[in-house]
Amino acid sequence: MPQIAQIMETYSSQIFWLLVTFGFVFFVVGRGMVPRVMDTVAERDNQIASDLAAAEAARAQADDEEEAWRKRENENRAAAQALVAKAKADAAAKSEKKLASAQKRLDTKLETAATEIAEARTAALAEVEGVAAEAAQDIVKQLAGVKVTAAVAKTAVKKAMTNA
Amino acid sequence: MAAEEGKVDPMHQFTIEPLMGSGGWELAGFNIAFTNSALWMAITTVLLTLFVAGGMKRELVPGRWQMMVESATGFIDDMLEANIGKEGRKYVPYIFSLFMFILFANLLGLLPIGIVGLHPFTFTSHFTVTGVLAIISFAIVLIVGFWKHGFHFFSLFVPHGTPLPMIPIIFPIELISFLVRPFSLALRLFVAMMAGHVLLKVLSSFVIDGTNAGPEFAALVGIPSFILMIGISALEILVAGIQAYVFALLTSLYINDAENLH
Repeated sequence: MPQIAQIMETYSSQIFWLLVTFGFVFFVVGRGMVPRVMDTVAERDNQIASDLAAAEAARAQADDEEEAWRKRENENRAAAQALVAKAKADAAAKSEKKLASAQKRLDTKLETAATEIAEARTAALAEVEGVAAEAAQDIVKQLAGVKVTAAVAKTAVKKAMTNA
Repeated sequence: MAAEEGKVDPMHQFTIEPLMGSGGWELAGFNIAFTNSALWMAITTVLLTLFVAGGMKRELVPGRWQMMVESATGFIDDMLEANIGKEGRKYVPYIFSLFMFILFANLLGLLPIGIVGLHPFTFTSHFTVTGVLAIISFAIVLIVGFWKHGFHFFSLFVPHGTPLPMIPIIFPIELISFLVRPFSLALRLFVAMMAGHVLLKVLSSFVIDGTNAGPEFAALVGIPSFILMIGISALEILVAGIQAYVFALLTSLYINDAENLH
């Protein structure tokens, strides 16, 4: 077994070179490089954690904004509906008023037309009376040769007409 | 690998040889020859450094390489956090170095580069190496334990709820089991790696000698041994990972004892 057979000649060189090489590994690789590798890992973990947190916050904000938007939207809809109802009511009231005024105008027109008709009728009647009286005067003159005054004829006509 | 007369010596692969005439190098009277073992330690170090350096691009979205390195550090980090807790994170550099160094050494020693005439050397199959690593781990446990808890650290050897008359018996048992830790740590890795390599080498000698002995031996011994070698090689890759993991896991458990007592 060379491990034992050679131990006296080789132990010092074995130990020396092991200490040199392992010392190099420990100080350069272990103390120098490994912490930086681990820092990189930790940095990445932090980055991922913060990115996730940021995404979570963004999501919460988006939710909030959506909620606010929904609320605003509902308010807007309610306002719009109120506006529509008001416009409808206004329009209804206006048209009612218009109808009423038109009715009134028609009524007055009808009334004046009726008075005019009545006046025309009285005027026509009076004319008819006058014509009848004249005609009666003429008839009396022709037939009986009696001259009747206009006033008498008129009275007679009036009498006859009221009787008729 | 092959010793005299075409025979395969399964232990020859563990022989340490100075390279490039460095056999006479000395430091303060101690021989520090740059051996094949040291060469493979250097190769392990270079490859491990390149591996981790390739994962240092620090990109937000990691590529494959960076992902591999980050999984390795994350694996050690998770293990320490599970076994020790939040304070365990400061041991990541050491446990990571230990785990990756042993893992790379084990795997590199399994490389089939013998085909092109090179000789892979598994330095974790030498207890001088595993022993030093175990002693470093044990020293960390002792230093942390006495630093944090002072002499209260000895309460580690008296489990909670021990009846008073039992303490004189329990204390030495716990103390011995504690002191045996570095040996078990070192021997486990060294034996596992050596056993696997010896087994592979023995099987390869069956393949070679059986095939040389004639067609009937080749069919009866050579081919089954070769198939078995393939299976054992796969198993050895698994063992390479498991032994590195066990070494790192036990070290972190021992550090947990020192950090948190019981």
